[in-house]
Amino acid sequence: MNCIIIDDEATARLIISNFCEKVNSINVLEEFPNAIQAIKYLNQNDVDLIFLDIHMPDFTGFDFIQTLKNPPKIILTTSDSKFAIEAFEYECIVDYLVKPITQERFNKAIQKTQNIQAVIEKKGAETNNEEVKDLYVNIDRRLIKINIPSIYLIEAKGDYIYVKTEDQNYTVHSTLKKIEDKLSGDLFLKVHRSYIINLKKIIDIEDNSVLIKKDVVPVSRSNRPELMKRLNLL
Amino acid sequence: MEQPNLNYIKSMSDGDKSFENKLISIIKEEYPQEKIVYQKNINSNNYKATAEIVHKLKHKISILGLVKGYNVATDFENNLKDDNILLKEEFEAVLDQITKYLTKL
Repeated sequence: MNCIIIDDEATARLIISNFCEKVNSINVLEEFPNAIQAIKYLNQNDVDLIFLDIHMPDFTGFDFIQTLKNPPKIILTTSDSKFAIEAFEYECIVDYLVKPITQERFNKAIQKTQNIQAVIEKKGAETNNEEVKDLYVNIDRRLIKINIPSIYLIEAKGDYIYVKTEDQNYTVHSTLKKIEDKLSGDLFLKVHRSYIINLKKIIDIEDNSVLIKKDVVPVSRSNRPELMKRLNLL
Repeated sequence: MEQPNLNYIKSMSDGDKSFENKLISIIKEEYPQEKIVYQKNINSNNYKATAEIVHKLKHKISILGLVKGYNVATDFENNLKDDNILLKEEFEAVLDQITKYLTKL
């Protein structure tokens, strides 16, 4: 995590920077004796974390936070514990360190920040996956939108693929490999060199074939173990 | 009476003498400046500004291991916000104690 330190006391900046040096995942980019200088820096640079002293002359830590449109994670550093309640009204504030700070308490704050960051990244990844629900295909110079979950079967035939959905079928000039890369691996599986199926649309499986809607799709011997693994077998 | 000490500084230096010296040097540089600001503010009866600098001095008092001194500073800072200078002498005694200690370092 790239961080900056904002504190009007040089002593405090040195102490925090010393703690940071002992944590591999933290990289101190800059130190600032006041919030104004930090704002100028943040207008041109991205940081993951700010160590921020609340109690600074003219421009307090809370004033500073309110100037930030998309504040990064912030760990407050202060000699007062009385601001703790106000601090947690800000979503970006992940911890509150009371001076004099110990290395042990500092490490806990970093761990907490990393845990929060991991949760946010996981949520972000899930959201991104959910967002890709549509696939645009080029048919007769028009980009046609296909709802991905509605696809139940894709069949390769020469230079074309047939995309079969709940409502309509499409013939697209493409390859099975190209469309496979665009589909979620959780939902779709290539069961044969010429077929990709939507696992949720399977009606039944018999020997080396799968019934999907009214289509009987062959399952190659090499792909059968993966298909069986993906089924919720009793 | 409690005495200033380097316990906190040593606890975080892990024996790194160069870090200890650097930190002590910064404290020796910052502390007299903050003390001058304190004296200027208290002499001009600007209690709000005095409370601000007492707050800043509190950190150095705690770094130098003065637990009771830190409590005096906290109470004095709160008093100043109510225009009350009741703990002025006690607080200044703590400051003098630190000044003497830093001279010896």
